[in-house]
Amino acid sequence: MNWDWGAVRDFMPHFWDGLLVTLQALALGSVISFALGLVWALLMRAPTRWVRWPVGVLTEFIRNTPLLVQLFFLFYVLPEWNITFSALTTGVVAIGLHYSTYTMQVYRAGIEGVPAGQWEAATALNLPLRRTWTAVILPQAIRRVVPALGNYVISMLKDTPMLMAITVLEMLGEARLYSQEHFQFTEPLTVIGVAFILISYPASLLLRALERRLVR
Amino acid sequence: MSADTPLDTSATPADTAPGEKADHTANPPVDGGELIRFDKVTKRFGDNTVLDGLDFRVDSGKHVTLIGPSGSGKTTILRLLMTLAKPDEGTITVAGERLHPAPEKQIREVRKKIGMVFQQFNLFPNMKVLRNITEAPVTVLGLSGDEAEARARELLEMVGLADKCDAYPSQLSGGQQQRVAIARALAMRPQVLLLDEVTSALDPELVTGVLDVLRDIAHTTDITMLCVTHEMNFARDISDQVLMFDSGHVIESGSPDRIFTDPEHERTREFLSAIL
Repeated sequence: MNWDWGAVRDFMPHFWDGLLVTLQALALGSVISFALGLVWALLMRAPTRWVRWPVGVLTEFIRNTPLLVQLFFLFYVLPEWNITFSALTTGVVAIGLHYSTYTMQVYRAGIEGVPAGQWEAATALNLPLRRTWTAVILPQAIRRVVPALGNYVISMLKDTPMLMAITVLEMLGEARLYSQEHFQFTEPLTVIGVAFILISYPASLLLRALERRLVR
Repeated sequence: MSADTPLDTSATPADTAPGEKADHTANPPVDGGELIRFDKVTKRFGDNTVLDGLDFRVDSGKHVTLIGPSGSGKTTILRLLMTLAKPDEGTITVAGERLHPAPEKQIREVRKKIGMVFQQFNLFPNMKVLRNITEAPVTVLGLSGDEAEARARELLEMVGLADKCDAYPSQLSGGQQQRVAIARALAMRPQVLLLDEVTSALDPELVTGVLDVLRDIAHTTDITMLCVTHEMNFARDISDQVLMFDSGHVIESGSPDRIFTDPEHERTREFLSAIL
């Protein structure tokens, strides 16, 4: 096995394309999972079980089936019902949806962690329910959950290679394509491996710093 | 906004000279009229009956202190009035309007007349001191930001924390937090102020500052006070009436002088000798 810097140089343009796609998928997937997770968490507090029950079943189902199966389902089955998206859009939606069923649990814990006294003070001041949520409960809950949400972003980053299975050319997809065309596996795979570390390790350090600042 | 909503903002800091009777109540009620009324109120927690068919009256402008062993139902009365809990039976009326049972809209209206200060302060940690005080006047009473801020600064002045507007609650001592909480409750200009063991969570050296503020309010405003406390000297200073609770019943009531010096009931004697 010989290391060929030439192969690295040749691969780099493809690497940058793949990195861009990976970061797009990660950013959009995160936004979807953060927003949708909050929606799930709030719906699970609805007064009627006719809301809680379907949401509970749906999210349990999504959480307990593999992301890869969901990706295939959205990519190959939905078009049969004439619903078609680009591969990247499908991948982003799948990742966001899948992870929203985890972030909802993070939000739930954050909301339940706000002391009962905060609700009581809001009642004593006659704040409307909506205002109690937006001005009192959620700002405190979200502050608590930022570190946990950050951990899921890192998890999501490491799941983005699954998008390759539905033809998205993110980093692993680009590496595989290059490898198969040039019969050189070591260099592209090493490059993207290093890239994953260079993104996720500083990100986890950043998270720890954020955690120290926020959770006081 | 209805006519009886406390929107009178004429009392700016400049109008209120020190020592002058400050108007912190919305509609100073006619003295002596009945303000709070419990009829046959029962509250149970599981098998435990905390209040058992309680009848209870407070006249407006009066300062009433509830004493008694823990678990005797004192705090429950305050929580029922603040609608933090619902009675299992009976009716609660405030200023002639039904608080329980009542539709949500009416509860919201009646609740405007009531303010509460908690044992654990319960300030909003995500808001600065000033915004803790202005939040409800702006969103509930519809005051403009400037009006609410003027009112808040006046109240902070009164509780001796004018310089803490921009601090977060976590940067204050327990005593300071509690004084902010008092200002926050008064900013809504309630007719009734409920005080639930407001010094129990404080370090001993911080208690005096909080009680001094409350004494000042008791002596300079028309506000009706319902107070659960173990500070008997304070109760004696401010109260018109002391009610001794035991097992969900009022077993004795009277002027503080009489209750503290010459209690009739054996349970009252035992209780007072245990805590004095």
